Amino acid sequence: MRLQAIDVKLGYGDRTIVNGLDLGIEAGTVTTIIGPNGCGKSTLLRALGRLLKPMGGQVLLDGKRIDQTATKEVAKILGILPQAPTAPEGLTVADLVARGRHPHQSWYRQWSSDDESAVAEALDMTGLLDLAERPLDELSGGQRQRAWISMALAQGTDLLLLDEPTTFLDLAHQVEVLELVRRLHGQAGRTIVMVLHDLNLAARYADRLVAMRDGRVVAAGAPHEVLTEELLLQVFDLDAKVIPDPVAGTPLVVPIGTRHLPDRGTAAKETVST
Amino acid sequence: MNAKTAARSVARPLRVSTMSWLLRPRALLVALTSAAALFLLMALNMRIGDIPMTLADVVAATFGDTQNTFIIMELRLPRALAGALIGAALALSGAITQAIARNPLASPDVLGVTQGASVTVVAAIVFSGTAYGGASGLLATLGIPVLGLLGGLAGAVIVYAFAWRRGLEGYRLVLVGIGIAAVFTNLKYWLLTVGDVHDSSRAMVWITGSLHARGWEHVVPVALALAVLLPAALLGTRSLGALRFGDDTVTGLGVRMNRARSAMLLIAVLLAAVATASAGPVAFVALAAPQIALRLAGTAQPPLVVSALVGAVLTAGADLVARTLFSPAELPVGVVTAVLGAPYLIYLLVRIRRERRT
Amino acid sequence: MSALATVARPPAKERLGALRRRRILALGGLTAALAVGVVLSIAIGAKPVPPADIWQALTAPTGSEHDIVVRSLRIPRTALGILAGIALGVAGALMQGHTRNPLADPGLLGVTQGAGFAMVLSIMVFDMTSLHSYIWFGLAGALLASAGVFALGTIGGKATATPVTLALAGTAVSAFLYALTSALVLLNEQAMDVFRFWQSGSIAARGEEVAWQVLPFIAAGLLLALANAPGLNTLSLGEDVARSLGQNVTATRAVGLVATTLLTGAAVAACGAVAFVGLMVPHMVRPLAGPDNRWLLPYSGLLGAAMVLFADVIGRVVAMPGELEVGVVLALIGAPFFVALVRRRKPVRL
Repeated sequence: MRLQAIDVKLGYGDRTIVNGLDLGIEAGTVTTIIGPNGCGKSTLLRALGRLLKPMGGQVLLDGKRIDQTATKEVAKILGILPQAPTAPEGLTVADLVARGRHPHQSWYRQWSSDDESAVAEALDMTGLLDLAERPLDELSGGQRQRAWISMALAQGTDLLLLDEPTTFLDLAHQVEVLELVRRLHGQAGRTIVMVLHDLNLAARYADRLVAMRDGRVVAAGAPHEVLTEELLLQVFDLDAKVIPDPVAGTPLVVPIGTRHLPDRGTAAKETVST
Repeated sequence: MNAKTAARSVARPLRVSTMSWLLRPRALLVALTSAAALFLLMALNMRIGDIPMTLADVVAATFGDTQNTFIIMELRLPRALAGALIGAALALSGAITQAIARNPLASPDVLGVTQGASVTVVAAIVFSGTAYGGASGLLATLGIPVLGLLGGLAGAVIVYAFAWRRGLEGYRLVLVGIGIAAVFTNLKYWLLTVGDVHDSSRAMVWITGSLHARGWEHVVPVALALAVLLPAALLGTRSLGALRFGDDTVTGLGVRMNRARSAMLLIAVLLAAVATASAGPVAFVALAAPQIALRLAGTAQPPLVVSALVGAVLTAGADLVARTLFSPAELPVGVVTAVLGAPYLIYLLVRIRRERRT
Repeated sequence: MSALATVARPPAKERLGALRRRRILALGGLTAALAVGVVLSIAIGAKPVPPADIWQALTAPTGSEHDIVVRSLRIPRTALGILAGIALGVAGALMQGHTRNPLADPGLLGVTQGAGFAMVLSIMVFDMTSLHSYIWFGLAGALLASAGVFALGTIGGKATATPVTLALAGTAVSAFLYALTSALVLLNEQAMDVFRFWQSGSIAARGEEVAWQVLPFIAAGLLLALANAPGLNTLSLGEDVARSLGQNVTATRAVGLVATTLLTGAAVAACGAVAFVGLMVPHMVRPLAGPDNRWLLPYSGLLGAAMVLFADVIGRVVAMPGELEVGVVLALIGAPFFVALVRRRKPVRL
């Protein structure tokens, strides 16, 4: 168990969002947390990455309480990329990625050869070597997201938490980022925890899904165990069919909606034609 | 006015046939409370003077014809009104400026108005004053209010001219504004060191902001300015709300950016210039009143009417303190506005931090 | 996906080197500007001193009149100018970085007005007349005001104060103290007389002692500031990213604000209200340094010192045989330059 939440209570101020939640993350797995907006996914991820201090319970990293470990030590083991991070204007990709080396630096060790090679490697893995000198604000959304992931990579941790790494990206770029995530997992056996909104991609790229609703874990397990029609109804209030993905064989969610229901099909067509 | 009753800050729609507005009950409550406080403060203020009166005397003299009517109508009422109106005008100007600049630290100071007026008036006092309160030259011909008005407008024109570059961007305006304000401020400081120390002291009173011996001739211009510009500002509120967002969003929302910004800017400049001409750049009202108002009303940006009322209350309250504290001597009102306003703003900051998520 | 295949590395590395060379070049340029400022500041003054005599005064003083002018007037004045300029430039960059507000001047946390108020108070209450004694009061006032603002900003919360809260609290406290100061100087013309000269800012006639008085504070402030630069870099990516990179956000903010206070407090206590230079300078060097504070801070310090010296020299020359105060010249010449810069290029947002 790399990362463990034990009976955690999370929230902001007086507002409790997650109460009494338990979750364990196995070493060397890709885990994806899914759930409707506001269910506490990001809150949980922030707590796992010690960005949010639990109001109750505890988070263990490699068996040690994360809030009692020096934050710089944690930063050498665990990297977390928050949702939609912002950078100052004019920051280049290389500069951004270099800042990922921060936990490994000190006043007498500002830029070692380790730093140099880690940054080059991170840029290489994310295919950004040619863009290294470009300012971040000139890049496309997909490139920018890769740059941030590259920064987290340069940090050199084998545990990565990514909060919605595919927001604002088109489908092709979403696939590109997730392929990258998968490759990071494959190469060094990194443990990865993500929050994703796209259920089909989540099923495709995760070893393990965690479905949340109202601050509780409703189901956790392999994608085909979790993504069932009953669960979609229970977690998302969504009527859907689940069929095998023709490419990967993983579950594929097809929402039913109202437009194509057999009894309303004609009505829908009429509305379109008028 | 507990911030915890968040539900009250939610806007409610008010619809009359095809017209519809959003009413904010909490802002309304704050506005009514401020208005009540303003009347009370003005009445209290009018009691003070060589002939002390009771509140009843004041009310009777204001609305009837008593032996005190002359004193009230010709001396005390204009002064009390001047304080309230000047405070309102400055606060309104500040609220608009902060919305345009998208920066809570902005005030008409960055529009060049207050500093332009200050430097003109200080120069006039220092170069043509006669050390013991007399005046000669330009100062005698034009008088301080006109000089202040001209100086303020000239300052604003300079800032605007330098900030305009293929359009008007809030960020550039603010940076240019502080650059130019720094020139004026330091010119002012330098003039204060050049002049005779008595003249400098006199100039210091004006640049702090004072309501001493203000009469109807000071009230009328500010009242006229508010009567015209407050409705104009309210009409522009919609675009002001949009201006809070980035330029791309603003254009997306269908607001013609440069024109909207310039128009609102003009309103802010005129309000600040007229108010400053009448009483000097009364310190801190323009910056603090909108920030206090938005925290009381629980809105995202400074609400215009509430800001104006809070500004009026702040100035009227400060004038009352300025006159009573060392009575019969009186302090310039600009000294007291900050002494009263700053702790209150800090209290609001602290209280809201406690309530909100940390 | 093809971009992800192994790409030849050398070109990228070479380009990284080019950036570094450009930065070092700019560093050299700023240092040279400062050196010119130092030479001018020692060479030019109300009393013309031939270069040979200046050289003699520096290397082998004999106690002649020229030696005294150079050694006891011009050198201390130049030293103080360098110290104050570096302090304010660095403090300005730190303050803008921590508050992410381009309007933040290094005196934002009440430092300038705290110093001014304490000095006026000491003149009135203790009848202080010598500059050396009321500098201590100014410094104490600056530190107290800033501590007060920070305490107010963090009251009731275990979490750090947000930059906006701090900036507003600082502005409010500044206005409060300035109001009290105005009230005092309006009641007392002697205090007014001292205050108006302090307010316009000057490094003249301070003597060697003043430079030594503020040196320890500025040195400590600079050390803290440089130590703070990498942390500030991570903070500029947002607090969450900073934390995930192992940075203690609260400690970083606190160190940055303590450094700013030490630097600004010492500078304004010694030279008066010249904090504006600290607001201008970071905007001027930001296009050169980029968003990396490890470069931005030294650049700001160097340019700050150079500007103070140049402004001081100009103030001595234009009003011969009298002088214009350095603060006035800084604003009159520096501000238009600043405005031109802001107009010419799109200002870099924080």
